[in-house]
Amino acid sequence: MLKDLFRKPKYVTVRADTVKKDIPEGLWQKCPVCSEILYSKELEKSLKTCSKCGYHFRMAARERIRITVDEGSFVELDTELVSINPLGDPDYPAKLAKTQEAAQLKEAVVTGEASIDGKPFIIGVLDANFFMGTMGSVVGEKVTRAIEKAIAKKVPLIMFCASGGARMQEGIISLMQMAKTCGALANLDEARLLYISVLTDPTTGGVSASFASMGDIILAEPGALIGFTGARVIEQTIKQKLPEGFQTAEFMLKHGFIDRVVHRTQMRNTLALLLDFHAAGGTENA
Amino acid sequence: MPNILLDFEKPLVELEAKIEELTSFSKEKGIDLSEEIKTLQNKSDSLKKQIYGHLSPWQRVTIARHPERPGTLDYIKYIFEDFVELHGDRSYGDDPAIIGGIARFKGQPVTVIGHVKGKDTKENIARNFGYAHPEGNRKAIRLMEQAEKFGRPIFTFIDTPGAYCGIGAEERGQAQAIAANLTRMMTINMPIIVTILGEGASGGALAIGVGDHVAMLENAVYSIITPEGYASILWKDSTRTQEAAAAMKMTAPDLEQLGVIDQIIPEPLGGAHKNPQEAAKLLCKSMQKTLAALQKIPLEKLLAKRHEKFRSIGQFVSG
Repeated sequence: MLKDLFRKPKYVTVRADTVKKDIPEGLWQKCPVCSEILYSKELEKSLKTCSKCGYHFRMAARERIRITVDEGSFVELDTELVSINPLGDPDYPAKLAKTQEAAQLKEAVVTGEASIDGKPFIIGVLDANFFMGTMGSVVGEKVTRAIEKAIAKKVPLIMFCASGGARMQEGIISLMQMAKTCGALANLDEARLLYISVLTDPTTGGVSASFASMGDIILAEPGALIGFTGARVIEQTIKQKLPEGFQTAEFMLKHGFIDRVVHRTQMRNTLALLLDFHAAGGTENA
Repeated sequence: MPNILLDFEKPLVELEAKIEELTSFSKEKGIDLSEEIKTLQNKSDSLKKQIYGHLSPWQRVTIARHPERPGTLDYIKYIFEDFVELHGDRSYGDDPAIIGGIARFKGQPVTVIGHVKGKDTKENIARNFGYAHPEGNRKAIRLMEQAEKFGRPIFTFIDTPGAYCGIGAEERGQAQAIAANLTRMMTINMPIIVTILGEGASGGALAIGVGDHVAMLENAVYSIITPEGYASILWKDSTRTQEAAAAMKMTAPDLEQLGVIDQIIPEPLGGAHKNPQEAAKLLCKSMQKTLAALQKIPLEKLLAKRHEKFRSIGQFVSG
């Protein structure tokens, strides 16, 4: 029948929670930079980096924790905190609920206790899949509590940053989280505890202008976008094209704002070494 | 009378012009119009109260951005004595968008730091419209550390549309400069009194906004980003500024309710630009009271309170 031509085909609906997250669907994925075909198994082995050009795919928080810390060592903190709606934004609650479902997270940061090679530390990982990792009340509070936990336990802090900045929907309250997290870091500093900040794609805005930039040691993944203002806004402001490689990890290295660019496959080893350097505390002259 | 009028003030200005016209007419012709003038005067007074008593958030933004609104330089002139400006961040350069120096406040040496916008195009270009570069924020913290060393209380004045975004600002680490200020300001061992004079937007405002007491002038605004930026990011339409100004809760009464600021300092009716000297008097009175109160608190306790003040901001549930 002609009518059948116009009938909508029926698709099978798959519930979101039955789809395994963060693993590329299908057997292969194309590198967005060099277009190399990357087989999923190989991609898993290379920790989601392109074997040809070195492109680092973005990584979800839980997966990051899995590839970074000792197996079974991670104990999550503050799992129950959820944002409310301080400005009464009519769209925010629904957007939040949708993001929570899609990213399978309650908020944009996962924090907890963990160890690498048996050396304990507090870890915090921001997740760009959740509201682009933006910082509102909950991210600010969880990061602050993670810092306070590190102080209480006298252990180092490692933060993996991935964020578009402060979360607009929580307005000025988000802005204040910058001061809040930096205040906690001032205490960590006073306690002379190591803080390693790892900047991943992207680290911008209010997060780069607060705890992300305050590490005793700042590492970054290759090619990660790192900066204060987004490139589009800068181009609109200065009315000129930005140079190639502007606001990348390599750009930040060249300008003196990060210590090292570290390939993802070397990250765990690098962190292990740095933790080891600091494990015994310093020496004092007689 | 200020030269630049805001849209919502027009009916009032028209009425006042009429009153003036009638007054001079009655004088000239010797006709008694006092009844008519009195009626119009009453009408003008009630219109004033109606307009200025019910300012919309966006109207406040326009007052906060008024080209003739007194800024850091004006208040330095009216409130402080012997101001000696100190320049430079000792690393890259001197930023004209943030000034700082030493002055006397009621006889006491203090450090003063604040954003400066221009009052006309030429001045605005020289001051980069009050958008500070990293070196401006670094100069600010350098002067705060100097104040700490020599035991001077610190006054900061916020009046900026944001931290500057440009190639140089990124190359010189705008994000790092702001982060470092926020962290260091938490431990500066002297009272820090913050006043938002006009516009306070984004990390650029907060970069000199951590302190023991955060006050806002009645018509100042303080927000995560400008209303234009907010509308552009959330609604992809930078012209919806009126809605954005309301949605963001950026006025002094809103922010007091949210617990972000400690005090609202009253302005002359219609805004500080209607009577800068009177505005300065009101600000000065409040600063004096605040400083006296803060100087009674032992420094250790003061710092703990400063920490707690920012530590406690956030709205969430455990669910």
